[in-house]
Amino acid sequence: MTARTQASSYNFAYLDEQTKRMIRRAILKAIAIPGYQVPFASREMPMPYGWGTGGVQVTAAILGPDDVLKVIDQGADDTTNAVSIRKFFERVADVETTTRTVDATIIQTRHRIPETPLREGQVLVYQVPIPEPLRFLEPRETETRKMHALEEYGLMHVKLYEDIARNGHIATTYAYPVKVEGRYVMDPSPTPKFDNPKMHMSEALQLFGAGREKRIYALPPHTEVVSLDFEDHPFEVQRFDKPCALCGGGQVYLDEVVLDDRGGRMFVCSDTDHCESRRAEGLRGELLGEVAQ
Amino acid sequence: MYVSVKGGEAAIDNAHRLLADRRRGDRSVPALTLDQIAEQLVLGVDRVMSEGSLYDRRLAALAIKQARGDLIEAIFLVRAYRTTLPRFGFAEPVDTGAMLVERRISACYKDLPGGQLLGPTFDYTHRLLDEALDGDPEVEPGETREGATEPVSRIADILGGEGLIEEEISGNDEPDDINQTPLEFPLSRAMRLQSLARGDEGFLLALGYSTQRGYARSHPFAGEIRIGEVEVEVFMPELGFAVPVGRVQLTECQMVNQFKGSAKVPPQFTRGYGLVFGQSERKAMAMALCDRALRAGELGEDIVAPAQDQEFVISHCDNVQATGFVEHLKLPHHVDFQAELGLVRTMRTQFEQAESAMENKEAAE
Amino acid sequence: MIAAAAKIENLDRSSEALPLLSVRSLTRTYGTRIGCADVSFDIWPGEVLAIVGESGSGKTTLLNCISTRLEPTSGTISYRMRDGEMRDLYQLGEAERRHLLRTDWGFVHQNPADGLRMTVSAGANVGERLMAVGQRHYGRLRATATDWLGRVEIDAGRIDDQPRAFSGGMRQRLQIARNLVTAPRLVFMDEPTGGLDVSVQARLLDLLRGLVNDLGLAVIIVTHDLAVARLLSHRMLVMKDGRVVEHGLTDRLLDDPQAPYTQLLVSSILQV
Repeated sequence: MTARTQASSYNFAYLDEQTKRMIRRAILKAIAIPGYQVPFASREMPMPYGWGTGGVQVTAAILGPDDVLKVIDQGADDTTNAVSIRKFFERVADVETTTRTVDATIIQTRHRIPETPLREGQVLVYQVPIPEPLRFLEPRETETRKMHALEEYGLMHVKLYEDIARNGHIATTYAYPVKVEGRYVMDPSPTPKFDNPKMHMSEALQLFGAGREKRIYALPPHTEVVSLDFEDHPFEVQRFDKPCALCGGGQVYLDEVVLDDRGGRMFVCSDTDHCESRRAEGLRGELLGEVAQ
Repeated sequence: MYVSVKGGEAAIDNAHRLLADRRRGDRSVPALTLDQIAEQLVLGVDRVMSEGSLYDRRLAALAIKQARGDLIEAIFLVRAYRTTLPRFGFAEPVDTGAMLVERRISACYKDLPGGQLLGPTFDYTHRLLDEALDGDPEVEPGETREGATEPVSRIADILGGEGLIEEEISGNDEPDDINQTPLEFPLSRAMRLQSLARGDEGFLLALGYSTQRGYARSHPFAGEIRIGEVEVEVFMPELGFAVPVGRVQLTECQMVNQFKGSAKVPPQFTRGYGLVFGQSERKAMAMALCDRALRAGELGEDIVAPAQDQEFVISHCDNVQATGFVEHLKLPHHVDFQAELGLVRTMRTQFEQAESAMENKEAAE
Repeated sequence: MIAAAAKIENLDRSSEALPLLSVRSLTRTYGTRIGCADVSFDIWPGEVLAIVGESGSGKTTLLNCISTRLEPTSGTISYRMRDGEMRDLYQLGEAERRHLLRTDWGFVHQNPADGLRMTVSAGANVGERLMAVGQRHYGRLRATATDWLGRVEIDAGRIDDQPRAFSGGMRQRLQIARNLVTAPRLVFMDEPTGGLDVSVQARLLDLLRGLVNDLGLAVIIVTHDLAVARLLSHRMLVMKDGRVVEHGLTDRLLDDPQAPYTQLLVSSILQV
């Protein structure tokens, strides 16, 4: 209650209504043209640029008093930046927050997509540092916008070609470019390519906000999202040798945890909610199994 | 045993408590008051107002105090506050010609109507540390001109009378507003000037300097620099006329630059323009140099230097954006790093396999 | 002149009702200065046209206007698209124009660094246009690149090297391969042998002549070197001070120049 009082001089969800309308217009346009980067007049937010201002603006613009918000960073609810953003919305919007993927109506994320498949009615809001997938091939915005307009994506494949020529396989592991509905090439934000298939035909609405670069883009539910590749070098996701040491889960993205300075390592779920839910169901991984004995 | 490496709420709260403690410093030293900052660190306050894009001395002083003297952090605080304010309307364009000048100099003329007025300037001081300021020595009140002053016409108007300087076309269209309109290149001059006005002083200074050193040389003369207060008026539809709502202190710089002329335009001087809140000559001059350099395309000059490249200059001049993105590297990136770790390991394995295959082959031979 | 006879044979103008490219009253000024003025000519499929003149004569301005890299002040340039329709190039949309540039046309720059991606491999340089038009099979792209490197006499073992590591002559040959891989109908060349050693020039010219003949390319080549024009072109435009002073079949023009300026050019070469 004190937090709410403290923030009472601010509008609900921080931004004034005029700004929210401006952002919502950009979001609607983005949904109408999947994968297209809509410029918007991004505002300053009380967290630094590069720390999620785009995602926060999108969340602030779509958040209603009845929403249940989940915030993750690196897949986890308890990483510092996730905690900070969750606290921000608790303070300026007084909304209910959760760490459970299934309970959330809006999930703001940095670098991961939850392991639990999203369902209809949920919105996943990505924080995006560099929205332009062509940026590191062509630094000029005027040029890259033209390339998108004319579907000039040859250069993107030049990069993938170079990867294969040099390494024998495509060496892009995260922020792996995708093509949306056969039209726009899009940056999925720096999620590991492991998560790319989850974007395809997702039941949830996916919104991408880049604050510093002033762009919003979107994937409406049931949108075709294809990772770029070659016919004879198809797209592949990372695979881990072992399941999660805590919950025993496989087919999930794992964090490597350094146990000591003698090379001791363990691998645990990057998605903390997924891991905890499994353990709540009594599932145990190698490490906890040993402890129980 | 596995210990969570992920920070939590408690860690953040504790860090912020420690920050508050360090900000206050030694409790036996009296706390700074906002008046002290606003009165005695006024140029810092001016910079925060200018790059924070909000004219409020008290809030700027508060931000400086809260930011422990880190001006970029203070600018950030002011911007984050400013962004939440609803817009009631637009002021009428201020008339810098009617400014109550406190300082006004021109490098183009020895004397000119209204005179050269030095005002409170560091110019011509010897930069010797004044140990007396360790205490609170008596300071004599300043000498100022008495009585009503004659209007101080702007140098651009003097040159313009002879047609020697380009005319600024003041369209009736409402200028774009960088707070409302997405930044899309190429930008109008209005958008560029707004971005430069809140751009980082150090960045613009370095770019302006680079034009003087030959990276897009523009042969500038400091046509005029003036500092003083102007009235801000807002048009009231109910009344049918504009009413003053207050005064702001501004620094304006009109840079006069050579121009050879083109097929359509006779040779004449062109302008670079700088306008900032408060007293900040360095920023206003740097802004004017950058503005002129950024007009290269419009004036048919070759774009060869960084200061002429609007995507480069405008995309990188905002220190709140720049500091945020540079500092975001502190955030965890372990998910992506994990992906790269896996890749490097795979590639090393392939490398070793290739090497040992080579060795075996050699051994077999 | 055996070469000249072979060149004429290759021209099959009768079967083509319309020229490939048609330039009418083209003028480009820079302020009050003239870049090129009132230039008109046609070029037919498979024909090589040389634009010659000394530096400052307007030949590069003309080339840039025709290749849509520089908007003319007045005049028209029309091009017969693959569907047979003549289109004014400056009425094309940006998308059509760019598509033309990367499929139906080629542009060989004097400085290979302007036409190559210096930091990607030779293979990718050759493959880029194919990828741009949708080829998505790595193995086939590589096979095509290898084939083209062979055709421009670059060792297939260099396929993964960047052009930075290539000699000037190799870079130029790579640039040619990169342009020809999509089987263009019209190639612009701006002093393609400029800046190369004489022996390297000779080899490149020989290669170019072979490729142009084999592929039936139409070429507009800008050069100050009459020897290059003689070796490659069917027809020549001689330019001076932005205007065409003489226009005709290369062999006729070199053997029997009419305009005083052409006579001067030809005699100065023969004296050397």
